Amino acid sequence: MDFDNLINGLDRATLDGITRGSIYALVALGYTMVYGVMKLINFAHSEVFMVGTWTVLGVYTVIGATSSSGLGMVIGATLLALLAAMLASAGTALAVERIAYRPLRKKGAPALIFLITGIGCSMVLVEVFGQVLRFFFGPPFGRVTVNIPAVLETKTVFTIPGVDLAVSNTRILIIVGAIVMMLALDAFVNKSRLGRGVRAVAQDPDTASLMGVNQERVIMLVFVLGGAMAGVAALLYTVQYDITKFDIGFIIGLKAFTAAVLGGIGNLRGALVGGLFLGIVEVYASAIWDSSWTNVYAFVVLVVVLMFRPTGILGESLGKARA
Amino acid sequence: MPDLTTPSSANSDEAVGLEDTSDHDLIEIETSGAVGETLLEVDHVTLRFGGVVALNDVNFEIRRGEILGLIGPNGAGKTTCFNAMTGVYTPTEGKIRFKGKEIAGTKPHKINHLGIARTFQNIRLFPEMSALENVMVGCDARHKSSVVGVLFRSYRVRPTEAELPESGIRRSLAKVFGVSRHTLEERAGRRRSMELLRFVGIADRAHELARNLPYGYQRRLEIARALATEPELICLDEPAAGFNPAEKEDLMGLIRRIRDLGHTVLVIEHDMKLVLGVTDRIVVLEFGSKIAEGTPEEVARNPKVIAAYLGEPDDAA
Amino acid sequence: MSQILDAYRGLRLGDRWDGAPTVVRWAVMLLVIAFAFYLPYLNILPFAYIRTDLTSSGSDWASVLFLVVVYMIVAVGLNVVIGLAGLLDLGYVGFYALGAYSIALFGSTNSPVVQAMQSKFGLSEEWAVPFAVCIPIAITMSLIAGVFLGAPTLRLRGDYLAIVTLGFGEIIRITARNLDNVTNGAAGITQVPVPPGPEIDGRAFFNTIDAERWYWLALTILILIIWLARRLEHSRVGRAWLAIREDEDAASVMGVAGFKFKLWAFAIGATLGGLAGLLFGSKQQYVEPNAFMVNLSFLFVAMVVIGGSGNIFGALLGAFLLTYLPERFREFVDWRPFAFGVALVLVMILRPQGLVPSRRRAREFEDRRHEAEEAAADA
Repeated sequence: MDFDNLINGLDRATLDGITRGSIYALVALGYTMVYGVMKLINFAHSEVFMVGTWTVLGVYTVIGATSSSGLGMVIGATLLALLAAMLASAGTALAVERIAYRPLRKKGAPALIFLITGIGCSMVLVEVFGQVLRFFFGPPFGRVTVNIPAVLETKTVFTIPGVDLAVSNTRILIIVGAIVMMLALDAFVNKSRLGRGVRAVAQDPDTASLMGVNQERVIMLVFVLGGAMAGVAALLYTVQYDITKFDIGFIIGLKAFTAAVLGGIGNLRGALVGGLFLGIVEVYASAIWDSSWTNVYAFVVLVVVLMFRPTGILGESLGKARA
Repeated sequence: MPDLTTPSSANSDEAVGLEDTSDHDLIEIETSGAVGETLLEVDHVTLRFGGVVALNDVNFEIRRGEILGLIGPNGAGKTTCFNAMTGVYTPTEGKIRFKGKEIAGTKPHKINHLGIARTFQNIRLFPEMSALENVMVGCDARHKSSVVGVLFRSYRVRPTEAELPESGIRRSLAKVFGVSRHTLEERAGRRRSMELLRFVGIADRAHELARNLPYGYQRRLEIARALATEPELICLDEPAAGFNPAEKEDLMGLIRRIRDLGHTVLVIEHDMKLVLGVTDRIVVLEFGSKIAEGTPEEVARNPKVIAAYLGEPDDAA
Repeated sequence: MSQILDAYRGLRLGDRWDGAPTVVRWAVMLLVIAFAFYLPYLNILPFAYIRTDLTSSGSDWASVLFLVVVYMIVAVGLNVVIGLAGLLDLGYVGFYALGAYSIALFGSTNSPVVQAMQSKFGLSEEWAVPFAVCIPIAITMSLIAGVFLGAPTLRLRGDYLAIVTLGFGEIIRITARNLDNVTNGAAGITQVPVPPGPEIDGRAFFNTIDAERWYWLALTILILIIWLARRLEHSRVGRAWLAIREDEDAASVMGVAGFKFKLWAFAIGATLGGLAGLLFGSKQQYVEPNAFMVNLSFLFVAMVVIGGSGNIFGALLGAFLLTYLPERFREFVDWRPFAFGVALVLVMILRPQGLVPSRRRAREFEDRRHEAEEAAADA
């Protein structure tokens, strides 16, 4: 145990944790919304994120953005990549819903089967990038880590006085971006008419459909919204880490789902709280002990929280109360 | 479309009484007290949820061997009271005692082991299991075989003459090595379950999945399953819901015969005619308070009850 | 495809099976078992086409059979957890790894644990815990892991169980990878012991060449396990599991101690997983963390569900298909995961109940016809 290590680098570790946690939180939204409405763990959601990271790479490659591009190009490329990643991820999420879940819903299959088709879709998507596309186009596709050009160069924007912590532009973008998207989504679900429909179905699907809420449309909507959020997460991830890989989604998806459960699944604000909490705990624990156990800490935290608060930190609700 | 026709084996009280004499000792239960003594006591129970008073100082008792009706208009607190009695809620004030023991906070399966069974207003069978298996799950509540005992048949008991197999080698083996408790329990449970299905009149479809049974059969199956746990007190939650008059008539006979087996019966019902026809005593709730208690005749004459039910003429019909 | 299968089900093979006299059923069963034991030598055309070593790049046929049977043991164990008790366990690979690592840690002279024991107690460098002692150790370790994992988590809702078990599987693998001074870390442990046996042709009875002996050993264990699993299924324990799966609240009102039986299901599943892992590790004579990736857990779940959740024979079929097919078509090894994913989605969408759905109605007692007739006479 090395508490000195943590104390000495506390400021830096906290910033790291928040950065990581913001990305978890954005991906967690997809899990939490789908769960809130369908009581289903969308196993393919991690791959929705993965598709987003590849889309970013694709956009940069096509428009030729590199780390030495001018300011206008940087902003343009980043925005374009963001838009493309959101679209691609949302499209993937929707396709998964259409192919893997909707037919089962029509047949009234048990919950376990949804999980299996989700896992199946996840494998297919992983393999599309790891094998199928490589077979047809060769690199960069395949089972290796791929670098993404650091279009947005990391620069220190300001230094927090006193603790002497340098805050870079990328971190600001990630944290602010994540929080803005979360607030926007929260406002959408709580204020808009469509959002009301989502909450109604989450509370009580039968009553909601009696009240004229189109359940199929609500389901499509949550997949699209969750996918778009994963797309945002994908862009922010590439900004910070500059890489992607065919199976990059798995661990992030697992962590994001853990974050969703931690915060209280089905609860949008819970995803944020859970994501940040998990990110910070991971970084702190890695500083104290050993970073090769990072994934273990995440699950230990999950089990401990669930033992004492089975509904997560903020409790479960997309609507208000869940039966 | 569910088939609502009446099961033929139980179309009237007398008819069933005639053919039913066969194996009643198989399903009769042993009771541990005298008829008429207090079995379950609802002792000045108040139940609040936040600011809402769901039950207000409700006080009554169920006596061994009787059929007690608990009635009241919608929202009167019948189901809340029922849930408190079966351990789902803990009373804010007051006590609920079964055979003198307080039951608040006891886990549902322990309450069953104490001797209380119930049916559900919205049928909750195990849909993918056959009718017989559903009842056998109930019988299992009284069985003792453990996982290890089932796996290795390790717990042997000396069989009685009646339990010995008929054929030669098996008989000798059983005499020397005994029979595993699991085997005996399984055999007894199956026979008892079959007898119970016959008792409620649905034995002809014993091997059908519960989900495929017609509605009336499902209701009866729930009763059989509850009876299988050998409860001293069986609570029926709106057993006549969705029944036509002929079926209700049958049900009344069935409830009386359940009492005759040694069970004490609590019936929660909407249907006044059924309750007045079958119960020994009735407790009437309205807005969470008890407004009347007495024999069916007394309750039917009680102006408070009449007033309470005027709002719901359909139910009194 | 689903129409064909429905037609096949229309034949009511199962009902015919139940209707057959005991002698016939025993004879058929013995024939099937005998055939299973003969499989490694299968050489009659056209059946020999199922062999996996027809081309020089193919995998050793007996080894494939061995793996199929090991995964069948896994499937039977997981079927108890998922199919009967309805608990979604996504970390089954953790128990499998525990079994394999138990025998490696205690039985191999290459293991740091054994080496520590040697120096502590002044034993010779050849010494290791005997194989026969390793078996109970492996089983106990998986059992304890199952109980430890299940006790806090089985009270949670089912979906949480899925994620917690998934995490458990990863924790076991990461632990095996990181604890260098216990497990040799990523390098793995070599010289995992094999069961004792007489030497034949100058080789140990269980060696790396004569894979069919491993297959026979595993097959014998599998048959034993199926026999025991069916005992459980047709008892109050099996009924309690089904009742919990169907409606846990109603089951507990009917006196079923839900938590106790769920924990039993979990523990039994864990034990069988550990046992399968033990066989696997012993045959490989080498264990390493990367053999226990999380994808294997998904494969295990898929076996149970594709075959038909809740039906032992469905689980066996699932295990066979998902192990055998990839080995038979090894030339497409890179396409395996992709094909697997596509197959999962397709099969589940076309046939959500699995290939051989549990014939719950017919899995009854020997005298069920008799009882039905009796009841009909009464009615």
